[in-house]
Amino acid sequence: MMQQKTIETPHGQIPYLEGGSGEPLVYLHGAGGMTAGDPILEALAATHHVYAPYLPGYGETEDRPDLRDMLDYTLHTWDVVRALGLKDPILVGHSMGGMIAAEMAAVSPNDVSRLVLIAPAGLWIDEHPTPDIFTLLPFELPKYLFHDPETGAKLMTAGLRIDDPEFLKSYLVRNARQMGMAGKLLFPIPERGLGSRLYRIRAKTVIVWGQSDRMIPPVYARGFEAGIAGSRVVEVPEAGHMVILEKPAVVAEAVASVA
Amino acid sequence: MKFTWFNLMPWPYLPDDFREKNRSVWVDIDQRLFDPVKAHEVYNTYMDLLEYADTLGFDGIGVNEHHQNGYGIMPSPNIIAAGLARRTKNAALVVLGNSIALYNPPVRVAEEFAMLDCISGGRLVAGFPVGTSMDTNYCYGQIPALTREKYAEAHELIIRAWTEREPFAFNGRYNKLRHVNIWPRPIQQPRPPVHIPGGGSVETYDFCIDNTYSYSYLSFTGYIRAKALLQGYWDQVAKRNAPDTSPYRAGFAQTICVAETDEEAERLYSEHVHYFYNRCLHVYPGFADAPGYRTIKTIQSGALSQYAPPRGFGELTWKDLTEGGHVIAGSPETVRQRMEELIKGLHVGNIFCLMHVGNMPADKCMYSSKLFAEKVMPKLKTLMPEWDHDERFWCHPIDRRATPGSLPTPYAPARATEHA
Repeated sequence: MMQQKTIETPHGQIPYLEGGSGEPLVYLHGAGGMTAGDPILEALAATHHVYAPYLPGYGETEDRPDLRDMLDYTLHTWDVVRALGLKDPILVGHSMGGMIAAEMAAVSPNDVSRLVLIAPAGLWIDEHPTPDIFTLLPFELPKYLFHDPETGAKLMTAGLRIDDPEFLKSYLVRNARQMGMAGKLLFPIPERGLGSRLYRIRAKTVIVWGQSDRMIPPVYARGFEAGIAGSRVVEVPEAGHMVILEKPAVVAEAVASVA
Repeated sequence: MKFTWFNLMPWPYLPDDFREKNRSVWVDIDQRLFDPVKAHEVYNTYMDLLEYADTLGFDGIGVNEHHQNGYGIMPSPNIIAAGLARRTKNAALVVLGNSIALYNPPVRVAEEFAMLDCISGGRLVAGFPVGTSMDTNYCYGQIPALTREKYAEAHELIIRAWTEREPFAFNGRYNKLRHVNIWPRPIQQPRPPVHIPGGGSVETYDFCIDNTYSYSYLSFTGYIRAKALLQGYWDQVAKRNAPDTSPYRAGFAQTICVAETDEEAERLYSEHVHYFYNRCLHVYPGFADAPGYRTIKTIQSGALSQYAPPRGFGELTWKDLTEGGHVIAGSPETVRQRMEELIKGLHVGNIFCLMHVGNMPADKCMYSSKLFAEKVMPKLKTLMPEWDHDERFWCHPIDRRATPGSLPTPYAPARATEHA
């Protein structure tokens, strides 16, 4: 089971989830956030010592208006790794978390020897524009996020009291905090120059992509593959952008392959 | 009391099935619905109407800024205001306003407003909106969570550019300028009066109170629904111990339609009001409020975008709209009574009169505006006599103003003796 703990960083108290044993692994969540019950964490914790920090704006973090751009978030996350006392952990990130992980590896190539990018954001291909997530209404999300939108919708709303006005208000507040932060990296186009820095990455890199990803289509895997020397793409059938929910075991297997 | 005749400049040719066939009047509205040749007529008629309002004796004529918007074809209000500055004589030019976070660098706003103030002889009332999320984030690409910080910096830069008399360096986060030294500067000293359009952000209340700016609530849903929001503002004015509660600290936009009788008002204006409320406000909810645009404090206070009402905009009838106060319509006496309720109820001194509504043709708009100016406005003018002396929130034109178009006869050199 994952346990929530807190560490002190230059940007205040940062909550993180910790569990499992084995090689240390840092997992960075995507724009949708993270909960202790996420199956990907459990799957990774079966073979690794997992540390999953909440990005500022997510979980019970304080708002950090002083973190504004890609470099701020990249260095902040390095601060977190240092505060956790880790050296060269396996770095894993999903979607926006993958974008941050890739930046971390590009900025400090000598400190990351193993990198797993799961449907990372950060590139833009004119011929394959990604949907504007900041305009999507909650009911529209499943068709972009899941191979099977119907089951996905159920996964997203399981246990939520969506008809309760108090719940909706707290949902609006949480969504504004989380997506407000995500906007600093992803709005209006989720590209902050990562493509021109990918060549710096020296880590052994695995790129994992759901074949039915309609949020960031699998063609983007090729962009990362071309940019990162020696990287390898693992395509996952019958999985969408939330491959971490739909096929956690397959993702964990791909992660194990970089160790 | 100050009455400003306002035109949002709606596109009057949205088709009957617009709502059914389009997801939004704003941001991604269908390009094919715009016809530039028709726009030639539309712009000129709308500017004529603004000029007409000046001749009727309105205190101000108002323009605003929207982008990619079917009910506001005025991405640059300064272009319209420049035309009006030349063709009007007395009315204040209320530019409500320039979305200052969008100008790069915002010194541009300081310059253009200074030009407008000089050309008009000191008739500028300047507005600094944050801009709606549709305009600022979705059309102009500003990062929602950073928009307010960028706005605050732009504001500081503009005020300094207007008021400092030596060139200065400005090392902002979003603007790095070595030599700020605008030329021209405004006539009005130390600066033109400033109005801030807001939609319920508590931070904006404080910003207005701290800077002695007028808070303008530009709602389309009328004075009855505005009560709670403006009460929130006045509560904050009291809480912050502002030196006074002058009604000119606040402004309100109201749709107004006047005819000889209530029945005539319905007969003349119903279809145009219907066009505006049921077609022009059809905004896709996903564009209403980019996450991060509103502060957490504001969301917790329950202030949400007026463009995404919780149950959506249903089809509203004339009865719904007039009884609900979205629209104040009827005979001069009916309108006077309801305007008095509005002014006293909200305690507002600046009224932005939305007299052109939806696809209203010019003749009807003139009829309504003239009746308002002649039969309603004079009776409302005297409502707040104890504040008549308060001139902090209005423009101060110079006395001797130039007459445009009054060039002398061209210089003619004395004729040399004709040579044979």
